[in-house]
Amino acid sequence: MSDTAGALQHPWPNLRLQREGVGLGMWLFLASEVLFFGALFVGFAVYRSFNEDAFRIAGAHTEIVYGSINTALLLTSSLTMTVALRAATTNMRDLTLVCLAVTAALGVAFLICKGLEYREDLKEHLFPGPHFPLSPPATQMFWGFYWIMTAIHAVHLTGGIAVVTVVFVLFKRRIIPVQGSTMEGVAIYWHFVDSVWLVLYPLIYLAGRS
Amino acid sequence: MNISQFTTEASKYAVHVDDLFYLLSIVSGIIVLLVSGAIVVFFALYYRGSPTPRGLLPERKSREIEIGWTVATLFSFLFIFWWAASVELLQDSPPKDALEIHVVAKQWMWRFQHPSGAREIDELHVPAFTDIRLAMTSQDVIHDLYLPALRLKQDILPDRYTYEWFNADKTGVFHFTCAEFCGTDHSVMAGTMYIVTPQEYARWTAAQPEADDLAHQGAALFHSLGCSGCHTPGSTVHAPDLHGVYGRVVHLAGGQTRTADEAYLRDCILVPDSTRVEGYPPIMPNFTGSVQEGQIVALIAYIKSLTTGQDRETPTASPKSSPQSSGG
Amino acid sequence: MTDATLPFVPPLDSYGESYLDDGHTVMSWLTTTDHKRIAILYALSITVFFFIGGIAIGMVRLELISPTGLFLTSDEYNRLFTMHGIIMVWFFLVPSIPATMGNFILPMMIGAPDVAFPRLNLMSWYLYVGGAAFTVYVLFSGGVDTGWTFYPPFSSQYSHSDVIGAAAGVFVVGFSSIATGINFLATIHMLRCPGMTWFRLPLFAWSMYVVSFVMVLATPVLAMSLLLISAERYFGLPIFDPSAGGDPLLFQHLFWFYSHPAVYIMILPAMGVVSEVFACFARRRVFGYAFMVYSMMTIGVIGFMVWGHHMFVAGQSQLANLVFSFLSFIVAVPSAIKVFNWTGTLYRGHIGFEAPMIYALGFLGLFTIGGLTGLFLASVPIDIATTDSYFVVAHFHTIMVGGSVSAFMAGIHYWWPKITGKLYNEFWAQFAAITMFLGFNVTFLPQFIMGWLGMPRRYHYYPAVFQVWHVLSSGGAVILATAYLMPLVYLTWSLFYGEKAGDNPWHATGLEWQTPSPPPRTNFLRPPRVDVDPYDYHDFGRSAETGDEAQARPQGEPT
Repeated sequence: MSDTAGALQHPWPNLRLQREGVGLGMWLFLASEVLFFGALFVGFAVYRSFNEDAFRIAGAHTEIVYGSINTALLLTSSLTMTVALRAATTNMRDLTLVCLAVTAALGVAFLICKGLEYREDLKEHLFPGPHFPLSPPATQMFWGFYWIMTAIHAVHLTGGIAVVTVVFVLFKRRIIPVQGSTMEGVAIYWHFVDSVWLVLYPLIYLAGRS
Repeated sequence: MNISQFTTEASKYAVHVDDLFYLLSIVSGIIVLLVSGAIVVFFALYYRGSPTPRGLLPERKSREIEIGWTVATLFSFLFIFWWAASVELLQDSPPKDALEIHVVAKQWMWRFQHPSGAREIDELHVPAFTDIRLAMTSQDVIHDLYLPALRLKQDILPDRYTYEWFNADKTGVFHFTCAEFCGTDHSVMAGTMYIVTPQEYARWTAAQPEADDLAHQGAALFHSLGCSGCHTPGSTVHAPDLHGVYGRVVHLAGGQTRTADEAYLRDCILVPDSTRVEGYPPIMPNFTGSVQEGQIVALIAYIKSLTTGQDRETPTASPKSSPQSSGG
Repeated sequence: MTDATLPFVPPLDSYGESYLDDGHTVMSWLTTTDHKRIAILYALSITVFFFIGGIAIGMVRLELISPTGLFLTSDEYNRLFTMHGIIMVWFFLVPSIPATMGNFILPMMIGAPDVAFPRLNLMSWYLYVGGAAFTVYVLFSGGVDTGWTFYPPFSSQYSHSDVIGAAAGVFVVGFSSIATGINFLATIHMLRCPGMTWFRLPLFAWSMYVVSFVMVLATPVLAMSLLLISAERYFGLPIFDPSAGGDPLLFQHLFWFYSHPAVYIMILPAMGVVSEVFACFARRRVFGYAFMVYSMMTIGVIGFMVWGHHMFVAGQSQLANLVFSFLSFIVAVPSAIKVFNWTGTLYRGHIGFEAPMIYALGFLGLFTIGGLTGLFLASVPIDIATTDSYFVVAHFHTIMVGGSVSAFMAGIHYWWPKITGKLYNEFWAQFAAITMFLGFNVTFLPQFIMGWLGMPRRYHYYPAVFQVWHVLSSGGAVILATAYLMPLVYLTWSLFYGEKAGDNPWHATGLEWQTPSPPPRTNFLRPPRVDVDPYDYHDFGRSAETGDEAQARPQGEPT
């Protein structure tokens, strides 16, 4: 229990309030993120409603195998993250560390998979520009959004992996105790990045194949 | 240049706008007087140390005052909204048989094409007492045609049509200018509008250098670009007949319906895939890059002429009217 | 469970020592997590940016004395007004009151020892300064000529300037804004001292609460729209390119979805500040406290639904115009209510005429003018006639700048004794306040007139018939510049030669005044508790003779 005192930070009066505060802060940040992605999704929806055929044609050229593998990877990582959080709140330090490591590894696997997918896409010249292989022109719009949406998601995931790694090291070296408020915030963020992917997956890979 | 080139109320609509402006000025003046008057009085009465009695304001009374001025404000604002909206609705939709002038804006000049085929740059002649509709598009960035004397302003977007219409009731020389920031020479993208009597307009038109009217030019293009190969009633290729199509509601292959206006016809030429009519194969080629803005204007004028009375036969190639480049 | 409840115990050595004495090195400032020091860092940096933006517009106003220009090319002119707009909107107005007075006063006002996340707070400042400095560097080394609005396709395809660089800096500053918002929301929710219930919050705290929501929810949309513009410009992705089916209007919708609420980011904190000042210097409870709170909330919510009134001539449908016009009239109602309530606060008060009060009255005047001309622009036909003209320029400067800066100055003068422990020269402060109000009106009333007559904005060369108004306006700008420079002198002077202020020179009731000036590192020597509503300035019903200032009952006391 000696860890508890170290977990409490200025200016919080007690640990319960601090946890709630960190949770609240994280949820507010996610609200902000929802609006960030929301702007993108609104744009996508507007253009899709203007160019339904083009979006269907363009969507059929996405790499569904990579997309599906990535979905599985991320969902599994959310599972291990949940276990890590549970373990941390009940002060099971070793299990927390293992689960965090697995979570970060799954995240890295996702990025590698994404990189391979990008290579395939570029091989087919599916980057908007003068030599774009598909027609009509609005298919470029779909692919423009594809690159932006997946890239922004990948940046968020990279940030998530970085944070998980840092937290892992801090826990491992006992610089901060596992049962503090940190784990809560990390877990909420990770699940959010995961759930953004769950919106992207059908938009990008499934809608063009319906 | 004279300030009346900006401030003259050159149409009935302009008078309505100004009336609304004066109404709002009076309302604002009253509110400013009330607020500043109250402040002055309170300062005089309740300046620190002055011997005025200062009692408690009963809770109920302060709530009544609060509700009172909230409701009063709300209703006066609603009244102003109603007034403003009714003025806006005057400009609702342009009359069907308006004289249509095409406007092409580009960095940093204005080009106008009259139905007669007459063209002007940075000058615009229009007849008074006539409904006039400006169909406007841009070749590069967003511009905005601002007609101060008519109290009108409308952004002009690339690859799309926007409209402005008016019926001027004063003749004279007026200023027009670009109101949406468009780059280096934005501030000199301006010109002069001559509102003349219909007779003078007719004389002016007749005095312009010999040119085919827009629909004639369009007819020539229709032939030379190969449109007529498919879009004639006798053609073996299955393509829509364009007689009577203008203004009709068409059902698209995607399931939507659209009205065949200028914007739609323009899309048909430039993005045929998304505007294909139900029941026709996707064989219409995409003309993006191979026709210029001025040529599209002429083509649309021709297609309109197939509907609006002055029906002409599918043209035979006339040697004289080679497609004219739209200059600039 | 491990949630042992620990009493709040600040480290012993911080007792009694002013936050200014908590280390004297530059590093002690650059690594501080004290909200008060971070507020000072913000105050210094926004002042620098304010004067850079001011010099830019000073050159523009000088150039506009002649209809054919004096010393600038059109490209330089376009770069200067863009520089002015970008710096003033994002690096001055948006962070001005929240990041300085919000940071300094808010935690003290609600009896908290610091903001909820002190390190995040410091990070916000670094993001702000880094992003803003980068953008200013871009603006100086070549400049950007799109106007602060970045409209495509001009910004994405036609501009030959470093749009991406400028947008990148603004993007980063946006995250600073979001972080500050999150920090304030968590602080207000979790760290109010015992007894400080929601409806005992002073109105400044309420304004910070509402404005934080707006920052958190609106800013990301700006971030995304800037990102999309940059992606189109750099990678050629056809997001807003009409030739590939893109729509430039989508950008305008996204941009104004942020930038209209951004106006409320600037004006809501101003409303909060003047509410404090009016109550204190009229020695009177704010008239209709509950209505003030609800009206701020209403403004915050409806403020998100009126962005389309920036696009009446952009090509949106007539129905959309009507709906946005209607909502714009509705959002004006709570603003009008606030004006009436501030006026009502004076009724039966003991009104003083100190500098903060003059600034607050200046706010009231400019806010009223700005708000009423807002009604003109909410009417579609008048908006069509006057949008993109100087009428609009004058309108938004009066409300955003006149309003915010007056309130900013009111707040600075009101809390200066608390922040520095020193008193400034009252005469010069009053003189500067009156000069500023006059200068502002001389600058912008001519702009209202010429805008209505038909003078378009962002014009380098203009028809000579408008010259007289431009010269008047430039003259006003000189007065205004003087009024901005004066406080710089007498406030700095007061730091060295000013009288000691004492803990509560205004006899104000707020918690922030019930602690030494300047405050100790942990704000309060002992944790405070609150027993009464705010603004209990005098016992109601007593006459003037006995209702002297010292009678004001503090909202709370150290336990």
